[in-house]
Amino acid sequence: MTEKLFGSAIRRREDPRLITGAAKYTDDLKLANMAYAVIVRSPYAHARIKNIDTSAAAQMDGVLAVYTAADVKASGIPGVVPVGWLLPNLKTPEHPILAVDTVRHVGDAVAVVVATERYAAYDAAEAVHVEYEPLPAVANPAEAVKEGAPLVHEDVPNNIAFDWEIGDKAKTDAAFDRAAHVARLDLVNNRLIPNAMEPRAALADFNPITEELILYMTTQNPHIHRLLMSLASIGLPEHKIRVIAPEVGGGFGSKIHHYPDEAIVSWCSMQLGRPVKWTATRSETYQTDAHGRDHVTTAEMALDEDGKILGLRVNTFANMGAYLSTFAPAVPTYLYGTLMSGEYTIPAIYCHVVGTFTHTTVVDAYRGAGRPEATFVIERLMDQAARVMGLDPTEIRRRNFVPPDQFPFQTQVALQYDSGNYEGALNKALELIDYEKLRAEQAKLREQGRHIGIGFSTYIEACGLAPSAVVGSLGAQAGQWESAVVRVHATGKVTVFSGSSGHGQGHETTFAQIVADELGVPYEDIDVIEGDTSQIPHGWGTYGSRSAAVGGSAIAVGARKVVEKARKIAAHLLEAAEEDLVFESGKFYVKGSPDKAQTIQEVALQAYLAHNLPEGIEPALEATTFYDPPNFVYPFGTHIAVVEVHPDTGAVELVRYLAVDDVGNIINPLIVNGQIHGGVAQGVGQALYETAVYDSSGNLLSGSMLDYAVPKAHFLPSIETAHTVTPCPHNPLGVKGVGEAGAIASPAAVVNAVVDALSPFGVEHIDMPVTPEKVWRAIHGQASGNGR
Amino acid sequence: MYPPKFDYHRPSSVQEAVSLLQQNPEAKVLAGGHSLIPLMKMRLAAPAAVVDIGRIPELKGIEDRGDSLVIGAATTYHEIETSDLVKSKCSLLAEAASHIGDRQVRHRGTIGGNLTHADPASDLPATALALGATLHIAGPGGSRSVKAADFFLDLMTTDVHPDEILTAVEVPVLGGNTGSCYLKFEHPASGYAICGAAALVTLNSDGSCASARLCFNGVAARPQDASAVTGALVGTSLDDAAIDQAVDSHLAITDPMGDMFASEEYRLELAKAYGKQALKTARDRARG
Repeated sequence: MTEKLFGSAIRRREDPRLITGAAKYTDDLKLANMAYAVIVRSPYAHARIKNIDTSAAAQMDGVLAVYTAADVKASGIPGVVPVGWLLPNLKTPEHPILAVDTVRHVGDAVAVVVATERYAAYDAAEAVHVEYEPLPAVANPAEAVKEGAPLVHEDVPNNIAFDWEIGDKAKTDAAFDRAAHVARLDLVNNRLIPNAMEPRAALADFNPITEELILYMTTQNPHIHRLLMSLASIGLPEHKIRVIAPEVGGGFGSKIHHYPDEAIVSWCSMQLGRPVKWTATRSETYQTDAHGRDHVTTAEMALDEDGKILGLRVNTFANMGAYLSTFAPAVPTYLYGTLMSGEYTIPAIYCHVVGTFTHTTVVDAYRGAGRPEATFVIERLMDQAARVMGLDPTEIRRRNFVPPDQFPFQTQVALQYDSGNYEGALNKALELIDYEKLRAEQAKLREQGRHIGIGFSTYIEACGLAPSAVVGSLGAQAGQWESAVVRVHATGKVTVFSGSSGHGQGHETTFAQIVADELGVPYEDIDVIEGDTSQIPHGWGTYGSRSAAVGGSAIAVGARKVVEKARKIAAHLLEAAEEDLVFESGKFYVKGSPDKAQTIQEVALQAYLAHNLPEGIEPALEATTFYDPPNFVYPFGTHIAVVEVHPDTGAVELVRYLAVDDVGNIINPLIVNGQIHGGVAQGVGQALYETAVYDSSGNLLSGSMLDYAVPKAHFLPSIETAHTVTPCPHNPLGVKGVGEAGAIASPAAVVNAVVDALSPFGVEHIDMPVTPEKVWRAIHGQASGNGR
Repeated sequence: MYPPKFDYHRPSSVQEAVSLLQQNPEAKVLAGGHSLIPLMKMRLAAPAAVVDIGRIPELKGIEDRGDSLVIGAATTYHEIETSDLVKSKCSLLAEAASHIGDRQVRHRGTIGGNLTHADPASDLPATALALGATLHIAGPGGSRSVKAADFFLDLMTTDVHPDEILTAVEVPVLGGNTGSCYLKFEHPASGYAICGAAALVTLNSDGSCASARLCFNGVAARPQDASAVTGALVGTSLDDAAIDQAVDSHLAITDPMGDMFASEEYRLELAKAYGKQALKTARDRARG
């Protein structure tokens, strides 16, 4: 038996090209006769377009064309960006690819300049004269519904895109009526800007003779982009569009969505009959990449005298931005309200969400997408409940965890958790951090005037959305299965084609590990291809921590189909009965006679020669799978943050961070821990540093990296990781997702730690990001008697 | 990020640079390029011409004149922070330079570009002020020298005229009974100083305070000299209580700055905390 690769911490095969600069991203691609597009964007959050004068720009050297919405309309294409998730009574105002008459956020696309070189395109973009009539704007999701707030879309009263609820309101109200204790918090989940390292880009190459479009772009899901482009944006038939994702430098959700920009460049290429490239500047990514989070929430928890939760009531205003982005309606609803049970037995839950339009950039899925917001609500409330009742934060959690013998566990908010051992993860974390010693140290330091805090987040997440029929019943205009082709070539080398679309996750490594074990083929002999609609059967892409659980499972199923076919051929070649064959380490042999074996490579050659195949067996050796899982997967764990707060400046120092995660079986520990590290860093960013700030006129004040603080390496301690393993019971690999867990768990852990550190000052909550001045004010307010 | 068109000149001497500036009144001086280039790429600045003085040999290098060090304006932060001469004879400057930006920035950015740009949140203006640096300037009429206290006129405005070039920065060699410290509370995004405190403490032979300097970056449009604080420290024992009391009683910032990250009121608190700590560390270093 050769050594299993599943579970082995081998180094990522992607990294040599990434770290040497040999990788080719969209902007690295150059095609003959290629032109460059620059998009003219609104400097106003809300304005009427009175006139656009393109004449000066059009006459400049090197300028090929300057287009506005009028030209899009004249061309007869649909020219809109659609929404891909529908809720009951959802308002779906049109989102034109170039603004028609009105601009609705800073960065809204108004015109496009195409020129033979980039400098000329930027010079000409400055020369496009747009006459605006500025109008009043609203940026805050809770302010937007108030009487008299400026309307984002005239046909959407009170700016309400949807009014959604889940759970049982009457039962929940009754739980509060009989509660012995109530914990209540007003929470703001701060608005975030994704900041993928590679800005969004698109290179469109339309062939006017064949009428085919090849679109190279920064995408996490090429097939979704092809589908939406065809259906709603440019009107080309789906089979005439080929979307290719070259190397993609991070996404965090921002490259799931279909934006006007790729439709604009595609249409420009169709108009001009030559390739056209557009790459966002960093300032453009700030103004146009779909932002994340942005909730204003009131949350209450009812408890009995023993600290058992009786009910949970949550009211949230969720910012949608100026238009509905691709999957925006799902994020604060089915990815948020359904997570409200956390790891706990909560007999009554009611969650009410109002999605509002504002004059801001669109808001959509961003690493975690709804689940970090839900986790923040629950885990902050657990700490607040512990405070109200005078319990240790671990004790109140223990009293309410779903016990390990209660799975599958049906929550009050639709999900059925398949497996879990929540107290097991907590116990492991407490042991690793030496909790009792840490609490003793905290008490000792407090006497010396030093303030450390310990914060918990015992989180669950639901990822790998599935099955498709259920997701569809909730409003998704997409399936949630995944495809795989496992092709063994005549020489025994293997190419795997996956509908997942990695952009930093290391699929080429992990998927090859899976196949190496399944087929018994050397890892080096296996390549993984993703991100090209012409090479891969339909796929739904990479987001929502789905690639291992759904895409990986599809590959395993495909590989097993290959083995079954090979087994038939091997039995024929060995003149044995199929059921007598053993398949081990890539060899078929009759039980007890390992010396006389057919390797899978030998079988592959015979399968391709087809000179001697058993009756009814087709030549070649490959399998195609479309895998639709029976349920979500449910990773969980305990994260502990330890902070020191410096009362003189309010500075928060993250001293330790421990993540104990249960992501099921682990394919590659190096990659899993890397995902945890990255997710935690992003969540710490949300907790302590990052915030997209709009002023009341809708100007993005944190519009660059000068003001928007992405955490730097030296802000973070060395992140400690450990795992418990509860395999997923329903997929062939027993794997769950890991891409988002760190970002889901960590904001609550960090804020709980800060509040714990400040408990001597009577501080009960500080909104994220917990900046030094906010902390200093919280301390100061109490000292002068002005605080709560 | 693509700037509009501009003419580029790369003079090989200071004299040539000055005459280019005279001929091109709209020109901007480029040294390390870490302030000007981003402004041009974002199209917030669009000079018709750029005069690149970054490779003029006479603007490079660090000279030991016994009582002072003369540092060429085009000397990079990295050269300053790693210079044995600066570290041993004027450690405050080396320490402040080490706080600027990141490794890449420190290899490109220059002391002269920093001081003439006069960004209030930069690290070197208060350092130069605390050191009582002398700025040497060349122009059409020849050379002149200005003390740091007279150099910084306002937000991003210095005494260097459009047809002049800062050629060198002269800083005193610090004695063995002097200790110094530069401390910074940085903006988490930009790394610029929300409050940067530059402190110098010189001890008498009995350990009492002979003189002290405390200057701040980041808290106001110009670097701030907390002379009332340091005046109150002269003659004291410089124990923690004396420092705390001097700062609490005498620190005043004229027209403090505030922004969405840190208000005026909060910046003053930071100045107190960082001023105290910088003075205490400088004292400890003076005591050796």
